[in-house]
Amino acid sequence: MEIRPASDRSLLVSFGDAISLETHRQVLRLVRAFEVLPPGILNLHPAYASVLIDFDPRRRRYSNVEALVRQRMAAAAELAVSDGRTVEIPVCYGGAFGPDLEDVARHTGLTAARVVELHASVQYLVYFLGFSPGFPYLGGLPTELATPRLSAPRKVVPAGSVAIGGSQTGVYPVDSPGGWRIIGRTGLRLFDAAATPPSLLRIGDTVRFVPTAETRL
Amino acid sequence: MSSIRVLAPGFQTSVQDLGRFGYAHLGVAASGAADALALRAGNLLVGNSENQAALEMTLVGGTFEFEAAAVLALTGSDLDAGLPLWQAMEVAAGTILRCGASQSGARGYLAVRGGIAAPTVLGSASAHLMTGVGGRALRKGDVLPIGSEFVREARKQTMQPPTGEGPLRVTAGPQASWFGDELIRAPYRVLEESNRMGLRLRGPAIGSPAGHMLTEGVALGAVQIPPDGQPIVLFVEHQTTGGYPKPANVISADFWRVGQLRPRDEVQFELVSMERALELLRDQEQWLYSLI
Repeated sequence: MEIRPASDRSLLVSFGDAISLETHRQVLRLVRAFEVLPPGILNLHPAYASVLIDFDPRRRRYSNVEALVRQRMAAAAELAVSDGRTVEIPVCYGGAFGPDLEDVARHTGLTAARVVELHASVQYLVYFLGFSPGFPYLGGLPTELATPRLSAPRKVVPAGSVAIGGSQTGVYPVDSPGGWRIIGRTGLRLFDAAATPPSLLRIGDTVRFVPTAETRL
Repeated sequence: MSSIRVLAPGFQTSVQDLGRFGYAHLGVAASGAADALALRAGNLLVGNSENQAALEMTLVGGTFEFEAAAVLALTGSDLDAGLPLWQAMEVAAGTILRCGASQSGARGYLAVRGGIAAPTVLGSASAHLMTGVGGRALRKGDVLPIGSEFVREARKQTMQPPTGEGPLRVTAGPQASWFGDELIRAPYRVLEESNRMGLRLRGPAIGSPAGHMLTEGVALGAVQIPPDGQPIVLFVEHQTTGGYPKPANVISADFWRVGQLRPRDEVQFELVSMERALELLRDQEQWLYSLI
């Protein structure tokens, strides 16, 4: 674990520079250790192998936050990190909801049906939520499905769009611009600010995509 | 409950407080006032606690009708309202406040005694305009109730506005060692495509390092370098994580100046130590609290 300042009000806790289950568990441990934020700690930004911690510089000093992180991580070292929940996400693949499915099939040299079958055949780990509200960074996309992003991002990707970008896959929780290839759509709401908790998915959860007819969305 | 009626919203006006904290792990950015110093000063002037919600106006202010007598303060950018800035004042029922184009800076704030009683979402009344979390930009016909909570009497004296001369100060960012000193060598210009999410700058391209970068959390005020070498300053509506390297981060004491930058303004960066950054923040806090 390496800790260094990122700004005068934040520090970056890093667990290496690889995407792996081991580093993910460390990230998860740190997030769990700060489930309830102490006064003066404003936000945690977990990612693949690091956690950025924002603090209020009027109430906390860097050295104080660093000590707090080391102390809580030491206390959490023995803690077993429980597995997350498994969340099934129904997806209507292709057609108007998945305008890029054929492109992904062409690029990968597979049939559209095989792309869907492969995409729905595995379990994906929610490494973290980031970028925009409720957006899951998922690990586990079968390597055969990797497809480059669009050369020009779409101005609006509808909420619920399931997409592939490079070697990653994800779901857009809210309407937003985006350059990933859209292969389907879910009717599940991944982010609802009025709900408790507001995000359907949590860091450490497992996701399965389940092919579904349009009428069932 | 008295209220403010929006007769014209201006270019981009929204309800803001100091932001939404504790949800970055769900991808929710803090948002909040782009010039938090002006928002806090406005609140302190009218006797509110510093986090109460006020209106943030951008480049061109709105026109507002006060349905009952109110105590208000205009801070930040001079939006040509024909009223004194940085001073609490009483307006009568039926008063129409007309703001115009900004004469200086980018954002002006209208704070009212009692605060704007906007609904809070995840603990904050701040609108995150890009995602709609917490609200949207105001429209003609919107009615904003005024709250009744305040903590002290309105201040009688006018306050001297903060001065923001000279380079924008930065501390070393998480990937500072990947870069030379290109960022601080030449001035950059603020592009039109800038908004609350980030300020896009144009100037000498900064060599993109070959380092291996995993997506990681990003801090408010981070200066990131995308592959085209043109810096982006991540601002109050920034995404919570990102994959571009960050040679520098604007210091907390200069955030308000970022909120006042306009398209075509020139920005020169200056590197300072962490100690200096905290010293400047302490001075700024002392100055602000001398108001009370």
